[in-house]
Amino acid sequence: MTSHPAIITARQLQKHYGSYVAVDNIDFNITRGKCFGFLGPNGAGKTTTLRMILGLTPLSAGELTVFDLPVPAQAREVRRRIGAVPQADNLDPDFTVVENLRMYARYFGLKLDAALEQRIDRLLLFANLTERRHARTDTLSGGMQRRLTIARALINDPDLIILDEPTTGLDPQARHVIWSRLNDLREQGKTLLLTTHYMEEAERLCDELVIMDHGKILDQGSPAELIKRHVEPEVIELRGCDAQLIDTIRSKVTDCRIEHLGTSLYCYTHNSGPQLAYLRDEHKLTFLHRPAGLEDVFLKLTGRELRD
Amino acid sequence: MNYWQPPRIRRYAIAIWHRNVLVWKRLIGPAMVLNFGEPTLYLLGLGYGLGFFIGEMGNMSYIAFLASGIVASSAMTTASFEGMYSVFTRMVPQRTYEAIMATPTDIDDILAGEMLWCGTKAAISGAAILIVALFLGVVKGWQAILVIPVVFLIGLCFAGPAIVMSALAKNYDFFNYYFVLIITPMLITSGVFYPIDTMPQTMQTLVHLLPLTHAVELTRPLITGQPLQQPLLNIAVLSGYAAVSYYIAVVMVRKKLLV
Ligand SMILES: Nc1ncnc2c1ncn2[C@@H]1O[C@H](COP(=O)(O)OP(=O)(O)OP(=O)(O)O)[C@@H](O)[C@H]1O
Ligand SMILES: [Mg+2]
Repeated sequence: MTSHPAIITARQLQKHYGSYVAVDNIDFNITRGKCFGFLGPNGAGKTTTLRMILGLTPLSAGELTVFDLPVPAQAREVRRRIGAVPQADNLDPDFTVVENLRMYARYFGLKLDAALEQRIDRLLLFANLTERRHARTDTLSGGMQRRLTIARALINDPDLIILDEPTTGLDPQARHVIWSRLNDLREQGKTLLLTTHYMEEAERLCDELVIMDHGKILDQGSPAELIKRHVEPEVIELRGCDAQLIDTIRSKVTDCRIEHLGTSLYCYTHNSGPQLAYLRDEHKLTFLHRPAGLEDVFLKLTGRELRD
Repeated sequence: MNYWQPPRIRRYAIAIWHRNVLVWKRLIGPAMVLNFGEPTLYLLGLGYGLGFFIGEMGNMSYIAFLASGIVASSAMTTASFEGMYSVFTRMVPQRTYEAIMATPTDIDDILAGEMLWCGTKAAISGAAILIVALFLGVVKGWQAILVIPVVFLIGLCFAGPAIVMSALAKNYDFFNYYFVLIITPMLITSGVFYPIDTMPQTMQTLVHLLPLTHAVELTRPLITGQPLQQPLLNIAVLSGYAAVSYYIAVVMVRKKLLV
């Protein structure tokens, strides 16, 4: 086997549940030391892909290597070097914060010596949980539980950290704390692999990402590349438009691509001057003029209908 | 993935066992009340109460007969409860196994650790009954100490089938079937409360397929100081049940969790 600079290589990866195709022939390489993101709506197949990487879901077809080892055949060896943060916290409710970390170290076969206790102290500090070290996990807030789960994933000093929706369900402060921790990890040279449906998260953290839907990869690249490739650089966003107004604007505002979602109207353009002038003069509308972002790419590629 | 691949047990199983020991130690008070309280009540109530009418059974006082039988049956119920309610709790609602499976510890190790723990818990309950029996004067001789490893083996033997039930269960109510259809009939027919040599011959052959019969054939002579009849067969049957049920449990849990 040739040594690949990639830490994970997936070739024609597939997962079927009966006749349902959860992951549909996807290929990707994940580069060492980078933050790689899977961005996709509910049911896109993100968790299934991560579970396959961990060797917890058998492949229906395709090839997967992690650290140059075949998965699932060598998954035990692979998991030794991975830290995993599942989509829903599964801390051990029978134990306190520090006991959770100690027990998890045992599952990695680590010796409970002074060095490990030092690592646990550092992880508690990293997770802002030093004060709560003897608290039972069910008394922790959602953000604290999430931070403990991330700390737990670092107990084996992994090369690769896999995070399934690390900040879903957290308040903005808690989310920012986690983002800064993930940034720290990236600066330490760890490879991060995360899934998310928060554009801001993907834009802030990911060097490279894939947009996934219905088990397929729709496109892949850095956030900036994806924005450049798929959407015009500027967006004018109008909110609270009724049907009549939408029709008027569609006929009067030209030289831009118009999309609407509910009562919001998006006008994508390369040069917003004329449209802005028109909107200011004619309608005295409140609107938002902003640079295009990942969200626009995401909505364009995955469509605007509701998922469950 | 080959779900039927033979399991490999590694030292990681000890971590699982240790996890359960730590949790148990936290609740040691109520656990001890149960371990000592229940056999004391049974032996005093039934042993002396029923014993008053029965007198002797199988050449020993009824209380000795009963004590040397329930040592085995309580190992069975202890391991069965642990292998069902506790294992199911960790496997499904609590998702403890999901967390563990993201580490090098895998299903083979987890279930081996759970079985060891079921055996340990059975041994603790057996030791408690032995102590109660000692105070009631029914323990005859030092060989009785061998009941502890025997009861550990009985725990392993019943832990496997219980874990298979956990893998099959959708909810806790499912376990009622196993108790009513398997555990209780076994408790009644395996010589715990009355000797099986009064049964018709075909019935005797049938009950010798049940592991509890073999369990009682070991514990009763050991406690009451009588000669063992067929210890190697008894041990082989209990070990066989333990090994085969462990393998089936591993396969079933793989099919349930590795999807
Ligand atoms: N064990 C299973 N049996 C049948 N279908 C499954 C199973 N696991 C997942 N699926 C289906 O596969 C699809 C992809 O699921 P997956 O959990 O990977 O999505 P996801 O991208 O992680 O979504 P979310 O953002 O909601 O977490 C879903 O439609 C899901 O219902
Ligand atoms: Mg998911």
